[in-house]
Amino acid sequence: MRIMFNEVKNNKIKSVFLMLVFILVIGVLGAIIGIFYDNLYFGLSIAVIFSLIYSMIGFYSGKNMILSMSGAKPATKKEYPHLYHTIEGLAISAGIPTPQAYVIDDSALNAFATGRDPKNASITVTTGLLKTMSRQELEGVIGHEMSHIKNYDIRFMMLTAVLVGIVVLLSDFLLRSFLWGGHGGKRDSKGSGQITVVLIAVGLVLAILAPIIGELVKLAISRKREFMADASGAVLTRYPPGLASALRKISKDPDPLVDKANKATAHLFISTPFRKQTGFVTNLFLTHPPIEERIKRLEAM
Amino acid sequence: MSPLTITLIVIAVIVLFIIFLYNSLISLRNQVKNSWAQIDVQLKRRNDLIPNLIETVKGYMKHEKSVLENVTKARSAILKADTVEGKAKASNMLSQTLKSLFAVSENYPQLKANENFMQLQEELTGTENKIAYSRQHYNDMVMVFNTKIETFPNSIFANQLNFKKEASFEATGQEKKNVKVQF
Repeated sequence: MRIMFNEVKNNKIKSVFLMLVFILVIGVLGAIIGIFYDNLYFGLSIAVIFSLIYSMIGFYSGKNMILSMSGAKPATKKEYPHLYHTIEGLAISAGIPTPQAYVIDDSALNAFATGRDPKNASITVTTGLLKTMSRQELEGVIGHEMSHIKNYDIRFMMLTAVLVGIVVLLSDFLLRSFLWGGHGGKRDSKGSGQITVVLIAVGLVLAILAPIIGELVKLAISRKREFMADASGAVLTRYPPGLASALRKISKDPDPLVDKANKATAHLFISTPFRKQTGFVTNLFLTHPPIEERIKRLEAM
Repeated sequence: MSPLTITLIVIAVIVLFIIFLYNSLISLRNQVKNSWAQIDVQLKRRNDLIPNLIETVKGYMKHEKSVLENVTKARSAILKADTVEGKAKASNMLSQTLKSLFAVSENYPQLKANENFMQLQEELTGTENKIAYSRQHYNDMVMVFNTKIETFPNSIFANQLNFKKEASFEATGQEKKNVKVQF
């Protein structure tokens, strides 16, 4: 009980911290662009206003952004009765309001929860998961997601997806226009020369920022968080073997790729939605503890 | 400091302690009541589903009248029970009889293919699970509440403030064994 309460407080503080860091990063970028146009304060204030508004939007409708980004559709009780019953049952067990149910039409085995608090939460599963898992295994997976909701992990993870996501998008976009922009056409007028300089500066800043952002995403998930959700999920179902066997099935999934998952949303999922591959960028975003170890811990419970 | 001030401070601390204890106990007891209401909702839901089930199954099961009668009997026993223990016992009975009914239904392929029956079976399985989960949640809340009023120094005041131990909703050991079906 006590531990749970601390986790909730922890996640709320981290969420505020993340929003402040976001406003700071965008503010600095705005100031840099401002300097190039000889107007630091204008750039800074526009950036701060933008990032404030965007954080608010992220906080209140991050859930919907993430759901539509991942191609999740609301699941009706008629079509998916056993998903519904499982979610309702585990919400009762956790003592929280019933989260909304969503499905992604994808053969990969995966699931995630998102929302800003237990009253505004949703659980999404892939249709592949529904087809493959037995009732007890599905209960294990939903129990894991339910404890993310109860702990307020979802708030912090949602904000990470939405806020870090846009920085990743911005840096991708700017770096690309910086790399390709120089090759196309003649740029000899004074105005476009200035823009190129600005883009170079911003691009460089973002190139430096990218690894830091990667670290932030890693922090957002942390092995501890997943292990905790496994353990408290098992407390909800009182049946650790259910989740253990679900995880075993997930680890044997030949095609773990969720089509619509991206770097910004990867950490939300119960297991990494990418193919097992190595590479600098992929490693930066490898956010999940190895499944084998999670299974081992569940079996020891 | 005069002895009077010291006495006043001590009394103030004790009064404050009692106020906080009282408020937290009230809030906990309300949570216990609320989780009890959750069980009741699910028990009622299951009771509402059963007449439909009997109606659907009756046409197929000609030889196992007693299985159906047991379900009906257990269902009305829940309605009559008014204590936590009584409800728990009746609810476990009903779970058992329903399990037997579904076990028997395995012998009727036509029944198993019946759309209506499949839906009811899913609904009832879901509700059975929800009963188990709400019972689990209720028992957790009861344990927190009981521990709070039984530990020192709360125990001195809890009794005076008229807080009594709450009964937990026990699952019988039987529930976990496999059901034997007798004809």
